[in-house]
Parts: sequence; structure tokens; C-alpha cells
Amino acid sequence: MEQNTIKDKAAIVGVGESKYYKRGGSPVSEFGLACQAIINAAEDAGIKVTEIDGLASFAMEANEPSRLAGGLGLPELNFCNMAWTGGGGVAAAVANAAAAVVCGYAKYVAVFRALAQGQTFRFGQGTTGPGMAGLMGFTVPYGLTTPAQKIAMRVRRFMHEHKITQDALAAVSMASYHHAQFNPRAVMYGRPLTREAYDQSRWIVEPFHLFDCCMENDGASAVIVTTAERARDLKQKPAYIMAAAQGSDYRDIHDSENVPAFASSNYKHLSRRLYEMAGIEPEDVDVVQSYDHFSGGVVITLAEHGFCAADELMEFCTLDNLTWPNGKLPLNTAGGNLAECYVIGMQLVNEAARQVRGDATCQVKDAEISMMISGSVTTPASNLILHR
Amino acid sequence: MATEQSGSTYYLPELLPASPTPDGRDREFWEALKRHQIVVQRCNACGTLQMEPEWLCHKCLSFDRGWKEVAGKGRIYSWVRIWHPVPAKLKEICPFVVVLVELPDADNLRIAGNLLGDPQREVEIGAPVEAAFEDHKEKGYTLLQWRLVR
Repeated sequence: MEQNTIKDKAAIVGVGESKYYKRGGSPVSEFGLACQAIINAAEDAGIKVTEIDGLASFAMEANEPSRLAGGLGLPELNFCNMAWTGGGGVAAAVANAAAAVVCGYAKYVAVFRALAQGQTFRFGQGTTGPGMAGLMGFTVPYGLTTPAQKIAMRVRRFMHEHKITQDALAAVSMASYHHAQFNPRAVMYGRPLTREAYDQSRWIVEPFHLFDCCMENDGASAVIVTTAERARDLKQKPAYIMAAAQGSDYRDIHDSENVPAFASSNYKHLSRRLYEMAGIEPEDVDVVQSYDHFSGGVVITLAEHGFCAADELMEFCTLDNLTWPNGKLPLNTAGGNLAECYVIGMQLVNEAARQVRGDATCQVKDAEISMMISGSVTTPASNLILHR
Repeated sequence: MATEQSGSTYYLPELLPASPTPDGRDREFWEALKRHQIVVQRCNACGTLQMEPEWLCHKCLSFDRGWKEVAGKGRIYSWVRIWHPVPAKLKEICPFVVVLVELPDADNLRIAGNLLGDPQREVEIGAPVEAAFEDHKEKGYTLLQWRLVR
């Protein structure tokens, strides 16, 4: 039975990024970083910036589309769209762009995210003001204020239910740092991480050490999405969008402590929909980028995408298995949020596309199918699969 | 570090006020705490218990909301020990422990609070706890804290 889906109808044809900086290090504004990433993605695609006629982002991107279109001198803006949620929205923004080009709203959509936490709001500073929103009122008075703390609560329960130790979290963190050593763009390039340094690093919130938590950075990343038909005549090998999904599990309410599947990363039905659309199985995936704001969320996410059962994670989630060039499932091969740059995960799409094009810094040999997962213990979440 | 010191009846300094949702959907919960009672939302139409409170019942979609008082006894469902101070003013008090407590008397719905006592002790998931009410009289609110049942 033929499904009516987005499968193979659109592709990522260009990737670009600003220079990545430590928090506060960017000499230009967040808006300038966004423009630079989009310009670089257009150049990589071999199109003129003025051919871009759509903009898509996520996580309440602050640089709004009319200013960007004006700043970049776009003759026509035909589509602009924001996916609800935070880091769970990356793949959804790509999916929205794909839908837009396939439906004919726009021809070339730039999907982008910029973040300069040195210039604006710092997520790690928590929510404590009088305007504190909704459900945070149930935790903030007790000092539970930040994403790290709230996610640690869920990861702790998962570790208890499935007998997960710190070793699995350390493997995720060290895999990101390992891959960053081959990527000159990475903020942690030249800064390898040993297990000893991981163990000795201070606790942020148990069970997260410092190195289990992503960095705060200034940077921007972007990709260009167009139809599969146009993609064939462009400069780069297309990274075809094989499947994409977005959503939440049953009553998985943001910031609620009463989520029925509390010890979960929120992908149980999303991963099923993703594989069904792509028509593949987990063992067909050659390389994965999984949103790593906190290592523990990635551990759960890998199980919920069927790479192993939750009770097999301690055997599966090892540094050997997760690292290029010999691992079973190379993870976050440019360094991820932990060690490349924290652009709320947008940079993971760039890497997922590079892997199937064949020009990644830790290029997985003959990579045909590449997965990108955004979010992880956040909601709504999203994910996508690319193929060459 | 956070302890129950004589002279201070608060587990954390009063930096972070309890703050009912501006739209009022959880007002009854916070009001009950001031009376040293724990209530959860109970649907008047179908009896479903629900936390955190919402304007309607997720089971039968009735907007006719009531409240059920539940016993202040629970089990530790999950926990974290916080070392990095946010906001920075909490530096003096770190580390401290936040527990998520499930309430067997309320279909195992969960409520967060601090675990009173030595913040560096081992914490066990499943351990029984009982409620302790922390009155902030000047600011006009009460927090729900927990202590291990000996």
C-alpha cells in the first residue's frame, strides 16, 4: 500500500555555519551569526542567497524572518515558519521546510538557528522570576529550576529501572569529545576528554557531571532544503529526506512531574512512525546524531530508537561502540552539543547531511543512512532520516 | 549545606517563592497546603485524579473539578542532588536534595519537594517518606517538604 508521505521528495542541498565560539566570544551579534550561516549554506549549495525564498526555525528563534529577509536582501519571502518547542524542534523545522518546498510554497528554504547565550538569555540560569510560567511553580520553590536538574530527575529514574551506571553516560560524553578532536570547527577541538577527567569533574546535579552537560556557545548553523528534482542539478550530492516525525507521547506535558512514561525520552511512538515512513529498521542506520544537551537523555534515546533494548544499554552504550571509525553506531560524529557547539542542535543536521554526502570530518565509511534526533526528554520532540 | 538548623525553619533560603499559576488552575492546591492539607484534583463527573491541576479532566473532558484530600505519606520515586547553584545565591546551601514523591493514596500521582535532613546521605528510590509543612507566613505560602519515615 502506497503511503502519502514526504519520503524522498525533498533534500538538504547545502550546509553552513558561522564560526563557533565559547559563550560571549562572538565579535558579531546573534543576528549576524544567523546571516553568516545562511550565506555559507547557500554558497555550499551553489545557489545565490537571493534564490532563498523561505525561512524555517524552531525554539522561539529570536531573529525574526522579515529582518533576516530584509538583511539578506531576499527579493521574495514566500514561507516562514517556526516549530513549537525547544531542542525538540530541530528535525521538525527541517520537516516543515521539506513540506513547504514539496507543496510549492517556496523553492529554497533556509532552516537555521542562531544562539549567542553571551548576548541574550542563558538557559542554564533557570526560571526563577516572578513571571515564572505554569508548572515550574511546582518545582522552583524547591530549587528545581534548570533543564539539567529536571532532566536529571527523569534520567535517575530510568537508571534505577534499567540498572544503568555512570559508565553509559560517560561513554556518550566521551564519544562527543572524541569526535570533536577531528573537527576544527568544534569549540572543544584540541581538548580531549579522559575518563579520569570526566570522573573528577564536579557534579552539576547528580547524576550529571560537568561533562554530561552541553556547553554554552555563540554560533549559528543552517541548511538549504529544496525538492528532490531541483536537488539533482545542484553542486552537492543531495541528502534526501527519507522520513521525519514530530510529536509527544501520551500526556507528556512539558515540565510536568506526572508524565505517565516518566522514565522515558519521549520517542516511543515517534521512532515507530519514523521507521515506518522510511521503510527501514534500526540496523540499517549507519550513523546517528542525537541531541546531547545532557548525556543521560541520549542513553534513553538510543534505546527508544531500537538500537538496543533498555536492559541491554550497558553492553551497547560503550565508547567503542559509539565512536568512529570502528564503532557499531558512531554517535555525534562532529562533537555534538557537548563538544562541537551548542546551537540548540541545529549543527547536528549539518553533520547528518555531511555524513551521507561523504564529507564529514569523521566520515563513516560508505554511510548511506544517517539519523538525526532532536530533543531527548523534552517535548514535543522530532527526528529525521537522511539517505544519499 | 542544606540542613534543618535551629533558628532557620526553611530548608532553602526564601529566594524562590511558591507561585500558583497566574490563571488560577492550581489555587486550591496551594490554599490547602496553608491548612497543612494535601489535595489533588478530582473530577466530579468521573472521579479521575489528576496532577498537576488542569482546567478539565483528561479522561472525560468534564470541566466540573473537585478536590480530594490525600494522606501525607509517599515513596521516593526519583531524586536529584543539586551541586551547581542556580540562582547563584544558593551557593551557600549546595548541595541539597530534591525528591519526587509518589502518593499511593492518590493513584501514585507525584509531587516534588525537598528531602529534609542530611543532604549528603544516600537516597533510595522506593523509600517511604512523610509530609512536613513549611510555613512561610510573612510571604503567605506553605511548601510541602518530605522526611524519611524511620
